Amino acid sequence: MPKPVKLGPQPGNPSELIISGEIKTNEWQLVPQVEPGEELDLTSLPPGKIILPLRQWLKHCEALSERSGEIGVWLDSEEGAKLIGEEANQRPLIAVHFPAFADGRGFTAGRMLRERYRFTGELRAVGGFMRDQLTYLQRCGFNAYAFEGEQPLASLKDSMSDFGDSYQTGVDQPLPMFRRRF
Amino acid sequence: MYRYDDRDRAIINDRVAQFRGQTERYLAGELSEEQFLPLRLQNGLYIQRLAPMLRIAVPYGLLNSAQLRRLARVSRDYDKGYAHFTTRQNLQYNWPQLEDVPAILNELAEVEMHAVQTSGNCIRNTTSDPFAGIALDEIADPRPYCELIRQWSTFHPEFAFLPRKFKIAVSGSEQDRAAIRVHDIGVQIVRRGEEIGFQVLVGGGQGRTPVIAETIRDFLPEEDLLSYLEAIIRVYNQLGRRDNKYKARIKILVKALGPEEFGRRVEEEWLHIKDGAEKLTQEALAWAKSFFTSPDYRAFDGAATETALQQQADGDKAFARWLERNTYPHRVPGYRAIKLSTKPTGVPPGDVTDSQLDAIANLADTFSFGQARVTHDQNVVLADVEQDELYALWQQARKYGFATPNIGTLTDMICCPGGDYCSLANAKSIPVAEAIQRRFDDMDYLYDLGDLNLNISGCMNACGHHHVGHIGILGVDKKGEEFYQIQLGGSASNDASLAKVLGPSFSRAEVPEVIGKILDLFVELRQTEEPFIDTYNRIGLQPFKERVYAKAS
Repeated sequence: MPKPVKLGPQPGNPSELIISGEIKTNEWQLVPQVEPGEELDLTSLPPGKIILPLRQWLKHCEALSERSGEIGVWLDSEEGAKLIGEEANQRPLIAVHFPAFADGRGFTAGRMLRERYRFTGELRAVGGFMRDQLTYLQRCGFNAYAFEGEQPLASLKDSMSDFGDSYQTGVDQPLPMFRRRF
Repeated sequence: MYRYDDRDRAIINDRVAQFRGQTERYLAGELSEEQFLPLRLQNGLYIQRLAPMLRIAVPYGLLNSAQLRRLARVSRDYDKGYAHFTTRQNLQYNWPQLEDVPAILNELAEVEMHAVQTSGNCIRNTTSDPFAGIALDEIADPRPYCELIRQWSTFHPEFAFLPRKFKIAVSGSEQDRAAIRVHDIGVQIVRRGEEIGFQVLVGGGQGRTPVIAETIRDFLPEEDLLSYLEAIIRVYNQLGRRDNKYKARIKILVKALGPEEFGRRVEEEWLHIKDGAEKLTQEALAWAKSFFTSPDYRAFDGAATETALQQQADGDKAFARWLERNTYPHRVPGYRAIKLSTKPTGVPPGDVTDSQLDAIANLADTFSFGQARVTHDQNVVLADVEQDELYALWQQARKYGFATPNIGTLTDMICCPGGDYCSLANAKSIPVAEAIQRRFDDMDYLYDLGDLNLNISGCMNACGHHHVGHIGILGVDKKGEEFYQIQLGGSASNDASLAKVLGPSFSRAEVPEVIGKILDLFVELRQTEEPFIDTYNRIGLQPFKERVYAKAS
């Protein structure tokens, strides 16, 4: 896949989001990716909890080691879970970017972070996903949903219970139905 | 046949409620067209030229008579009394109202049917051999595996937004009747000693860039089926192109990486998950197989029923013809499978009326243990008919217009809905099919020609499988006018091959004449009983080209 010459859409960072089924204030600042060819200015980073582009964290983790406990990372859709791999559990929060709701790479990333790399922190969906994907996101291990734009979060979270059961394994259900029927 | 239990029912009912809510949000303006699009597509709902089109899933083509009657009722109550069998063994309604779709889905759920994932960029209905369970050359019945795949793929949380649609076909016999080499994944059941397993092919497909699938694994143990499929689709979901929908199918990724490298990545991914919870247990396999056991066949003296049948045929030429073309051998003595033809002249291939659907249900109840199978060539199989009932069945099938003895001949065409219905089409296909049927309506001539697949697509998306027709016809747009390109030499079977373009395209009026020239040359050059595809493979494209484009002298 050729590298994009220009930056794609960047995830938003709403003031409120759904975490574990409840509406919460967003405590994290999301730092967008820098333009190709430019460097991240470490002095300009906001104080407090921040979510850095994964590649920036990998590049600057030594310089930022003192803040490590308050630094989460976000993966862009083409990056995939392998890029952070076994290091995942060192982060308190991982966000996965859905540049568009039709871009389903983040579902695989979520599942792999939970199932392969045993990530136990907050797994946050950011970007242009939609409410009708909440059950899928949930099943792939996401527990936080930062919808973009003005959204009626209280009614959106109803969609988390669209389905009461499932056929396959998922992060929420370790046994496929064929192991539960008998 | 698979029957739902409370868990299956609960999932399908949840889906009906979810889609009802989505439709209400759309009609209330809370969902934009763009947002509603993938949601309705994953429920089989297209917005077409004249009306919405609703595609109903028929898992691996299998229907019982209660389902057929319900499909008939839905077509009466919510459509204009028509339905259409598709080339992926599904059924489409061409005239439903958008606001009625939730009610239709509810009606279908009552008979254990749905429209889940019949469109959209997700795993579609798994297709298979319409002669599953009864074929003489069967290695193992593919339907239990199809059902396990159906369940695994239904609302798969990771694979609902793939780069592009994804189609799986399973063949359980030596002869491939499921076209597995032109599917995203083809699964061929194989036997190694006593052990059942699968040969796995990937990256086949039709559409704009037709490709024959490549084998990435010669033998996959039975219990590993689902985890291996998961590994393939996981690799595809991460690496498949998303920047161009015409390059987004898995075939493009497999070509770009090469089948060996693609297979290596699948194996690497699979090692992580092969011993996980999706590994099929012996209990689950036995359970899946328990739904597809033999019905209560009666014991017959096969030779005696065969002789009696031959006597009936000797006394009735029309019956003899039907027997020859529309019936198939059965592994149990005294039985045959039969195909009901949906292709009498003048009817769009695959189209049936509500009363014909009811008639199929009645025929299934009377003659074939209450079940029927939709075929990828858009006909219907009754799989378990007693030989001494064939004459009675034939008479009834005639009454309902299903007994045209043209199965496997030139007029048994695969044909997409084309420009009459489809908003993607460049050209109409149904009138072309009809013109060919009218031009070649002499049954003796059709029988002399022998086995011949003619497939028609109204655009390069190839829903009418023109790439794999012995003769393929493709509708193209030339400066706003409908033209038709002719291709020769395709096959969807074990010897899968892609048809080659004959030359410049023709107007619609010219098509029957061009087909006539091709057939004339075939008749001149064929050796004794040689089928068309063999003659083509022997002499190649050039002689046909010369004949068709010869200047009038």
